[in-house]
Amino acid sequence: MSIALEHVSYIYDPDQKVKKYAVRDVSLEIKKGEFVSIIGHTGSGKSTLIQFMNGLLKPTEGRVLFEGQDVFEKGFSLKGLRQKVGISFQYPDNQLFESTILKDVMFGPKNLGQSREEAETNARAALKVMAVPEASYDKSPFELSGGQKRRVAIAGILAMNPDYLILDEPTAGLDPEGRDEILELIRTLNWSQGIAVILVSHSMEDVAEYAKRILVMNDGQIIMDDTPREIFKAYRDLETIGLSAPQVTYIAHALAEKGFLPYDTNVMTVEEAKKEILKVLKK
Amino acid sequence: MIRDITLGQYYDADSIIHRLDPRVKLAFTLIYIASLYVGKSVYCYLFAAAFLCGLIALSRVPVHFMLRGLKSIVVILVISALFNIFVIDGQVLVRFWIFRITLEGLKTAGLMVVRLILLIVGSSVMTLTTTPNDLTDGLERSLGFLKVIHVPIHEISMMMSIALRFIPILVEEVNKIMKAQMARGADFDGGGLIKKAKAMVPMLIPLFVSSFRRAADLALAMEARCYHGGEGRTKMYPLKYKKEDFLAYLVLFVYLGCMIALGRLT
Repeated sequence: MSIALEHVSYIYDPDQKVKKYAVRDVSLEIKKGEFVSIIGHTGSGKSTLIQFMNGLLKPTEGRVLFEGQDVFEKGFSLKGLRQKVGISFQYPDNQLFESTILKDVMFGPKNLGQSREEAETNARAALKVMAVPEASYDKSPFELSGGQKRRVAIAGILAMNPDYLILDEPTAGLDPEGRDEILELIRTLNWSQGIAVILVSHSMEDVAEYAKRILVMNDGQIIMDDTPREIFKAYRDLETIGLSAPQVTYIAHALAEKGFLPYDTNVMTVEEAKKEILKVLKK
Repeated sequence: MIRDITLGQYYDADSIIHRLDPRVKLAFTLIYIASLYVGKSVYCYLFAAAFLCGLIALSRVPVHFMLRGLKSIVVILVISALFNIFVIDGQVLVRFWIFRITLEGLKTAGLMVVRLILLIVGSSVMTLTTTPNDLTDGLERSLGFLKVIHVPIHEISMMMSIALRFIPILVEEVNKIMKAQMARGADFDGGGLIKKAKAMVPMLIPLFVSSFRRAADLALAMEARCYHGGEGRTKMYPLKYKKEDFLAYLVLFVYLGCMIALGRLT
């Protein structure tokens, strides 16, 4: 059970003499139940990469395998793939269109050929998971706040019961509270329902806190693929490609330089930093 | 990528025609179209065609680009030709059932087809060699006299420029929206006409919503920079006539004179 990319490349305009790669020779596998994060600065190919995974974009070279099957082979149902691998894009405004929230979330299930009743059951379940209050189901999606729109948009994907959920910057433009809420909900989805989550993010804090595995992209290539702790250990390398470690990591390293903390601390979250500091103070 | 979509149908090349002032090209097009109605003889059309060929050669735009505009009017050409052939009275050449073909009908139809072709290709020369922005600039300046009778010419041309500027943005937006809906299992191709039309709704509504939002944002940004219409506004690249432009006007009037003379003589 996995999504695998085999030596995929994407060239913007194959006719041009100087080939411009959006993605260059990437191979990776994402298994069911994982929580993976993709980081990289703007234009590093993250958005292109995730579009391969549900067949929205066909790579110029290489193969995309879903459970061992080539998704661009004749006879493979792309609709079926998009049910299994859901993508929620960055701007919820690009997908909300119905007169009520409930109807909007039902759009996906109905496209899969479900009956009204079935679609409604799935939509209600998805909205509940995303903690959208039931009283607002009959509201227009255009009346919602940014954070709520985002949650309704993700519910629209969840209602199709995907095995993989790809989220492109789900927290961009949200206030800290809305951000934590969404990420907590996503984490719950991951461990309670076993849905694999692929989170594209700019926020190193979020990534450090939630992801179990990080893919670092630069210039269309995956240059690191490891656990957050290992990745942020190499924070000097991240800086050379315009990324960074979480701020608290820098603080911990500065404290270690002053001799306050032991040198081998690889603190990534505020919670961990608190523990480390308390440990030293209690000695 | 959809990003480098050609706006209008401008073909980028470096030629004397491309460099001409857009006002000159507008005048050219108008007078050229008018000149096609001056004379009715074969010589007039031959001369007009030769003149056009000269322009096309000077413009360095590949000929098939020039002829592409004709594709869309093939049906109109055929229908109007058929009407002329069958309807006009005169010396009967062929007769069958209730139809008859006359010599005059054939002549008129032939000339009409030639005239339409010249007309379309003639205006293609302008649209292919002038960027849409230059064109609106040229229109604004050439129609400036209408301000006297309170036609809001500056506003109209500003609206045209904005509309043109928004085309690539909206194309990209459509692309994004379609992908977001396809990720939810939407099907944009396939199905009958009604199914296709219905499938457009999930794309059009987010597109309208975002267009309105963008329009409001743009209006705010323009107001924040004290935009208050055309009154007293200067341009970064004001249109100025150069030597070639006057020369082009001269050529244009000589051509018009020749056309009128040919029309009279024959």
